[in-house]
Amino acid sequence: MIKLLEHIGRYFLMLQKTFGKFTKGAVLRKLIVREIDDLIIGSLGIVAFISFFVGGVVAIQTAINSDNPLLPKYLVGFATRQSIILEFAPSFISVIMAGKVGSFITSSIGTMRVTEQIDALKVMGVNTYNYLIFPKIVAMTLYPFIIVISMFLGIFGGYVACITGGFSAHADFIEGLQLEFNPFHVTYAFIKTFLFAMLLATIPSYHGYYMKGGALGVGKASTTSFVWTSVAIIVMNSFVTNLLLT
Amino acid sequence: MIEVKNIRKSFDGTEVLKGIDAHFEKGKTNLIIGQSGSGKTVFLKCILGLHQVTQGEIIYNDVPFSNMDENEQRLLRQDMGMVFQGSALFDSMTVEENVMFPMQMFTDTQQEEMRERANIAINRVNLIDANHKLPAEISGGMKKRVAIARAIVMNPNYLFCDEPNSGLDPKTAILIDNLIQEITQEYQITTIINTHDMNSVMEIGEKIIFLNEGFKKWEGTNKDIFRTDNEAVTNFVYSSELFKKVRKVYLEESE
Repeated sequence: MIKLLEHIGRYFLMLQKTFGKFTKGAVLRKLIVREIDDLIIGSLGIVAFISFFVGGVVAIQTAINSDNPLLPKYLVGFATRQSIILEFAPSFISVIMAGKVGSFITSSIGTMRVTEQIDALKVMGVNTYNYLIFPKIVAMTLYPFIIVISMFLGIFGGYVACITGGFSAHADFIEGLQLEFNPFHVTYAFIKTFLFAMLLATIPSYHGYYMKGGALGVGKASTTSFVWTSVAIIVMNSFVTNLLLT
Repeated sequence: MIEVKNIRKSFDGTEVLKGIDAHFEKGKTNLIIGQSGSGKTVFLKCILGLHQVTQGEIIYNDVPFSNMDENEQRLLRQDMGMVFQGSALFDSMTVEENVMFPMQMFTDTQQEEMRERANIAINRVNLIDANHKLPAEISGGMKKRVAIARAIVMNPNYLFCDEPNSGLDPKTAILIDNLIQEITQEYQITTIINTHDMNSVMEIGEKIIFLNEGFKKWEGTNKDIFRTDNEAVTNFVYSSELFKKVRKVYLEESE
């Protein structure tokens, strides 16, 4: 327990130092562009692929588990929309991103630690926290755009699966999509997406920055980072849902 | 000039440095030698401020490091160059970008001027046709040279080298040693080198500090080391038959 508190304390001190002495603007701009490319653009493919197919599976599962004739036909579209917007896109994709983006962040910073590149920066007088972590935080503010794409492709995947598999008619699915649409659900999804983005940028950075050992340590830190980022996302999800939807 | 006063450093209750005093003058190549695990790297990292000392003081030009605020420490660090054991070049940058990096971070110099200065440093370390190569594409010796070029590009007053010869062939090792000594004398830098390479000790050791089990056991020059009867030093330096013979010949010739 004391160890956990020590980690939490050190994590917040790291965040404080991240917003301390800033790196020169011109250098920072280049770093931010590179991080956007690595963390955001580089994740689009896998997010699009997963969203499309999981959206399809969600729609099929809903259709085959609600074949009671008393249930309205638009239910499949409605359930797909709600599942994708409220949970799948923001939360499920974030846990996947904890593996994809999180491992990348931890291993890249961890490798810099092992090869003494962080020490080299420190000796030069660079605020290593700001140089390494701040660009990742800025890049991850674009994370909601990934989630928009995930929402769209998830619902589209559900639609394609339903139509091609004969589980729902076009008109029924569209009716379900439009039924009792509450815009706050999208706002809620974006609020938690933004919070998850901050966790995705900072927890893996923490594990990479403070890792110990050699190459094996980098692997270990990446795994630990994935576990703790996922745990933090799930806890945050529960907290935000209780706060905003109940 | 760097002065170290009675520094101690512990990790998890284990004392690694046990009260070391030292004085490093500018324009001289100061060597720290000792067996693996004797505390050389910790000592160097304490001087650099990468490790906080448990006790004692490190004084840069009469100003204690601990009395400097964060900004002063950062400014001092911009006056330091460091060559790490593994070179610590930035993987994603080319050789030229690596050397330009300190200027990009701390000066408002125009890109062209930065490139020019970087090329002067690269030429100074005799690197040819490597500007646009990534660190992964060059040899260990070349990496060390790039690291030296990066360390000297800002004309630092302090140069630190952690085992600059490790993993290098004898010829390249001598080249690196000579290069560091030339740069030290040319720019009047205070240079501190961690090494257990006996060639370096004999060739460029203008001041040598011998560490053993966290204590400073001996101090002298590369001439003194031939004459010392300090058992710990002789056991370490003259552990090979070759160096025993070298010492014997040296002493016979100097009589």
